Amino acid sequence: MATSTGTPQGNAVAPEAGENGVRRRDFINIAAVSAAGVGGVATLIPLVSQMAPSKDVLAESTTELDISSIEPGQAIKAVFRKQPVFVRNLTQKEIDEANAVPLSILRDPQTLAERTKEGHHNLLVTMGVCTHLGCVPLGAAEGENKGEYGGYFCPCHGSSYDTAARIRKGPAPSNLVVPDYQFTTDTTILIG
Amino acid sequence: MSFPWAKHYAPKHPLTRFLDEKLPLPRLVYNAVGAGYPVPRNLNYMYNFGVLAGFCLLLQIVTGVILAMHYAPNSLVAFGSTEHIMRDVNWGWMLRYGHANGASFFFVVVYLHIFRGFFYGSYKAPREMIWLLGVVIFLLMMATAFMGYVLPWGQMSYWGAKVITGLFSAIPLVGEPLQVWLLGGYAPDNAALNRFFSLHFLLPFVIAGVVILHIWALHIPGSTNPTGVEVKSESDTVPFHPYYTAKDGFGLGVFLICYCAFVFFLPNYLGHPDNYIEANALSTPAHIVPEWYFWPFYAILRAFTADIFFIPAKLMGVLAMFSAILVWFFLPWLDNSPVRSGHYRPLFRKFFWFGLIPTMAVLFYCGGAAAEEPYVMLSQVATAYYFLHFLVVLPIVSRIEKPKPLPFSITEAVLGSDNKAVLSENAKSAV
Ligand code: HEM
Ligand code: FES
Repeated sequence: MATSTGTPQGNAVAPEAGENGVRRRDFINIAAVSAAGVGGVATLIPLVSQMAPSKDVLAESTTELDISSIEPGQAIKAVFRKQPVFVRNLTQKEIDEANAVPLSILRDPQTLAERTKEGHHNLLVTMGVCTHLGCVPLGAAEGENKGEYGGYFCPCHGSSYDTAARIRKGPAPSNLVVPDYQFTTDTTILIG
Repeated sequence: MSFPWAKHYAPKHPLTRFLDEKLPLPRLVYNAVGAGYPVPRNLNYMYNFGVLAGFCLLLQIVTGVILAMHYAPNSLVAFGSTEHIMRDVNWGWMLRYGHANGASFFFVVVYLHIFRGFFYGSYKAPREMIWLLGVVIFLLMMATAFMGYVLPWGQMSYWGAKVITGLFSAIPLVGEPLQVWLLGGYAPDNAALNRFFSLHFLLPFVIAGVVILHIWALHIPGSTNPTGVEVKSESDTVPFHPYYTAKDGFGLGVFLICYCAFVFFLPNYLGHPDNYIEANALSTPAHIVPEWYFWPFYAILRAFTADIFFIPAKLMGVLAMFSAILVWFFLPWLDNSPVRSGHYRPLFRKFFWFGLIPTMAVLFYCGGAAAEEPYVMLSQVATAYYFLHFLVVLPIVSRIEKPKPLPFSITEAVLGSDNKAVLSENAKSAV
């Protein structure tokens, strides 16, 4: 062979090896593969994040509601982030029922007071989305089945919620979610 | 690959010779599904479902690509465009009914194909890879069919999408962000519909790719057969063409009669009337169920109604549902009886016909029924047996069972005697 460095010993350690056996080519290999690796991983970021909610979906994020016309014992359905929200004006009896339940027997222990706003404990605002797999429970409209505990009943897999919309029976793991909201006046609330 | 006595491809026509030199596609076909592929001579009709599954995939791709020419994947118009296909597009009704029922028939065929494998021990060495690829195909089919069902954007489409993506929210910590990420929103909407359409278009071609691997892996050891005894000599086999092309052709005819009966006379029998109501995010249909082919797994999901130790019922249901299919991946190692075919395994056979089959039937029934008693209790019993069958019964049975004597060869099983068996007996007594 015509190569000038081809002694058997010369092959074991490459001729241009530095003191600790690292060749320039090793360095270039590692640098190139690392750069390609970092670049490859970096391109995954947009590929993954394009799946997340886009700006217009996030922008639809508040809902204002006039609650003055909800009589005690009645509820309305509204829409927040394209999902149903239940706003319920509890009767005194329903409030007493909710307060009579010892927290220790609840799957997701919370008092009615914690689930409502100071001074408005009769107004229960929750998402109308079953915490099991997301169906809309019955019980907000007149004449719908309110389930064994007098709140909401989800027909999909049989979850029952009580008058404070807390989970009492069935596969759902937690209470109906209370969204972030505030009273803007005494009769209007802003959700989101 | 094939057996040494396989016929060799010898093109005579100049054109086929030219092709054979430049791109030996005819040779590939000849060796894969032609006279060059020797197959056990005793395959019964349970062995037709592989070819039928391939046909169904083709049917779905052809009808699907055409539907995609008329369908519009936007939540404002998707429902209307599906109705447009039904009413205005020439033959649109036939293509859509053909595609919707095609999905159902695809699953009928694939379920029979899988249960053929369970009974004849097709998953055992040396065919583990064929089996594993098959389970992958089944999972991909489920994903494809689920996303396809969302496309018409009816009430069942919408609530199916919501409930099924809701399954992911059971995963601790990352579940809810994951669901939002999958849907591109807080509930199914245009973003979800668009990505489901894109993936529904893509996945069948991925399935086609895995099918190629499945068949490639199959052609290394060749098919099993009802005796489970491996091929020993040329008299055990016949060439695929014309023997099995004819038999598969006959099977295809029978299949098409059943399929056409549904497409033309019962096109909505397997569907749900609620899906002819446009998606409404504010009202859930009173009785939501998935398509029939998901029922056994849906029953398992709903069987968990109370928390078990610290695991919430919701998470248990989801884990059990996925495990019900994942357990199939371990089957080649759970059942380690050296005898393949259920025909020669008296105990295995009892558990198959009186255990697994009735259990699947109960799960099927309960998955489609309302979430109330007695169906919940029945699903719980059936779910318990389902897992016991794979994880306890099969390993134990394969250890304690005394199999029946196997025939010497396929030829002996078919003809009652095999010259080579006599020869080898003589050889033994001569020693
Ligand atoms: C593995 C193969 C496939 C399966 C199991 C499958 C399954 C389904 C199902 C169950 C539906 C809902 C039918 C209905 O109720 O209307 C559907 C719809 C649809 N599929 Fe597929 N599909 C497959 C392949 C394809 C392919 C390859 C394409 C296009 C390239 C496609 C395009 C469509 C379109 C546009 C719709 C919406 C129109 C409609 O609802 O009829 N599909 N598919
Ligand atoms: S979604 Fe409400 S009980 Fe399952």
